[in-house]
Amino acid sequence: MSTLAQGWRSGALMRAWAMLVKEFVQLKRDRLTFGTMIFIPVVQLLLFGYAINTTPRNLPTALLVYEDNDLTRSVIAALSNTSYFHMTHVARTEAEMDHWLRSGTVLFGVEIPPGFERSVRRGDRPAVLVVADASDPVAAGTALGALEGVISTALGRDRGIPETVQSVPAFEIRQHRRYNPAAVTSLNIVPGLLGTILTMTMLIFTALSVTREIERGTMESLLAMPIKPLEIMLGKIAPYILIGFIQAALIVVFALVLFEVPIAGSLILLALLSTLFIAANLSIGYTFSTIAENQLQAIQMSFMFFLPNILLSGFMFPFAGMPRWAQWIGEALPLTHYIRITRGIMLKGATMQDLVAETLALAFLMLVAMTIAVRRFRRTLD
Amino acid sequence: MPAAEVAIEVEGLTKSFSGKVVVKNLSMRVMKGQIYGFLGPNGSGKTTTLRMLCGLLTPDSGKGTALGYDIRTNSDAIKRRVGYMTQRFSLYQDLSIRENLEFVARVYGLDAPEQRAREAITRLGLNGREEQLAGELSGGWKQRLALGACILPQPSLLLLDEPTAGVDPKARREFWAEIHKLAAEGMTVLVSTHYMDEAERCHEIAYIAYGTLLAQGTIQEVIAQSRLVTYTVSGPDVAELAEKLAKAPGVDMVAPFGASLHVAGRDEEALEAAIAPYGREPKWTWVRTPPSLEDVFIDLMSASKDNFQ
Repeated sequence: MSTLAQGWRSGALMRAWAMLVKEFVQLKRDRLTFGTMIFIPVVQLLLFGYAINTTPRNLPTALLVYEDNDLTRSVIAALSNTSYFHMTHVARTEAEMDHWLRSGTVLFGVEIPPGFERSVRRGDRPAVLVVADASDPVAAGTALGALEGVISTALGRDRGIPETVQSVPAFEIRQHRRYNPAAVTSLNIVPGLLGTILTMTMLIFTALSVTREIERGTMESLLAMPIKPLEIMLGKIAPYILIGFIQAALIVVFALVLFEVPIAGSLILLALLSTLFIAANLSIGYTFSTIAENQLQAIQMSFMFFLPNILLSGFMFPFAGMPRWAQWIGEALPLTHYIRITRGIMLKGATMQDLVAETLALAFLMLVAMTIAVRRFRRTLD
Repeated sequence: MPAAEVAIEVEGLTKSFSGKVVVKNLSMRVMKGQIYGFLGPNGSGKTTTLRMLCGLLTPDSGKGTALGYDIRTNSDAIKRRVGYMTQRFSLYQDLSIRENLEFVARVYGLDAPEQRAREAITRLGLNGREEQLAGELSGGWKQRLALGACILPQPSLLLLDEPTAGVDPKARREFWAEIHKLAAEGMTVLVSTHYMDEAERCHEIAYIAYGTLLAQGTIQEVIAQSRLVTYTVSGPDVAELAEKLAKAPGVDMVAPFGASLHVAGRDEEALEAAIAPYGREPKWTWVRTPPSLEDVFIDLMSASKDNFQ
């Protein structure tokens, strides 16, 4: 009896061992999988470890100043010295500043009212307005917290102004958290989720489309038929645009009903730009499909592309907090632009005018992907 | 011969994959309306040649035309007029018969694709099964459907890559009847096969081994070119005889056919000298027979073994 059990056990081990050896041999043949296992974790660890920063500094700030004198300069210098505000834009009108905030060009707008110095000297206690784009509460939060010390720093520099009159500051800083004043997490997350979910599903749809034809052997007849690579691509992408659109509509409905996310801007604009975003992701997935040798590789490529989309697009971590090089990577991802679009339209009421740059970026990325795909597409079996 | 009568004419086609020559300096000519059989062992370059003809592969060197179009520069025109049936079933397994045929009809830009698909279904005798998934069909029906899809756009040239592999004899016979009907209507058919009986159904054949075309012409021509002398021996213990003869000089080929043995050699005198010791044995009867096509091919194959790699 015991020998029988032993026999079974050793037989089972032997068979499991046979399977193990076979798996290793196959793994060795598949270079991309091998690379994914060794190279990718290291690269991604370094990449994201250095890129992600949840207390971002040097955030882009627009300035609207009506007078140039020592006091206003001191206030601006004091803001810059907090190291959170980086004065990148100078607005001429309030409308211009609002446009930059809506389009996501700047995270803050600082407005020093006309006659500021005179008011201070008269003891009128005028207010400096700091408008924050609070659609991402994390990015705005720490910077706004640093505003408290700004008044005394500014006055300390300018000796001509009495520091305080009976411990009342000579001017005040009025914070205005726009777009998500109560810092509700879902308002920040849900518009981003719309793009993240679409990215994941759209990529997989098309990433498998060409490799599947090759693996099932249907590619050989397809290539012998009078159909051109561009025609194959358009025919393979088009149906998923509709599916993506339905997905997007579903998410938006849930966003409105369950999470009470507003749509401050135009729903039609959101629909149009979402379609563009869907098409861009489908094109990228299709490009992977023309590069990958099999379906497994196509899925691995999609995943390697998906991860930076989540981490470097501004979905999970403030975009402005990342180092320059990471921001450039982010700019090359469609999700980065789409998140600015969804947050812009849903929370900020952004119009087409505010989103021209993001729209062009999406269209450009899509065309690049399509061009690569059509060129990479093997018209022969050579 | 007027140029319009030539369907395929290629010269010096050569193709190699990662340093290994698969097709070497191949030249051939196929006339319009012919059924041209392409024979040779596995890996001899038959599929590669067919693929070069329909633009799926680019030849390394050599030139040629299919239906008057240059195979290097005008593959788009060729694709519209050629039906290529792949060795592996390459219709969509998860589409129904009707959906597959409609897809083909649309890709070729045919008018009324639904109607064309319906007609093809009737022609194939698949009425009532049009909604069945292609992947669920048996081997014979798959092959019929694949042929039906190939001829749906009414091509002038059919390239069939081992179309009857794994198909039962009845289905094969019906398949060949269909091929002959199409050829009679003016379609040119280039078909690769392993089966000798199929080779004998072709108007002309070409034998290719290890990338080199070794013989071509009508069956009679190919047999005559071989200059093979063949004897058929019957009687008991022929297996034992086969072993002895295979080593004998002058015997180029020994092959058992049931209870008898085909013994062949290219040099008549040497062959007769080799079999002389056994010729007197009363238990065996020796008859000189004309060589069969298979004798010729087995001989060609063994003669070209030296070329391998």
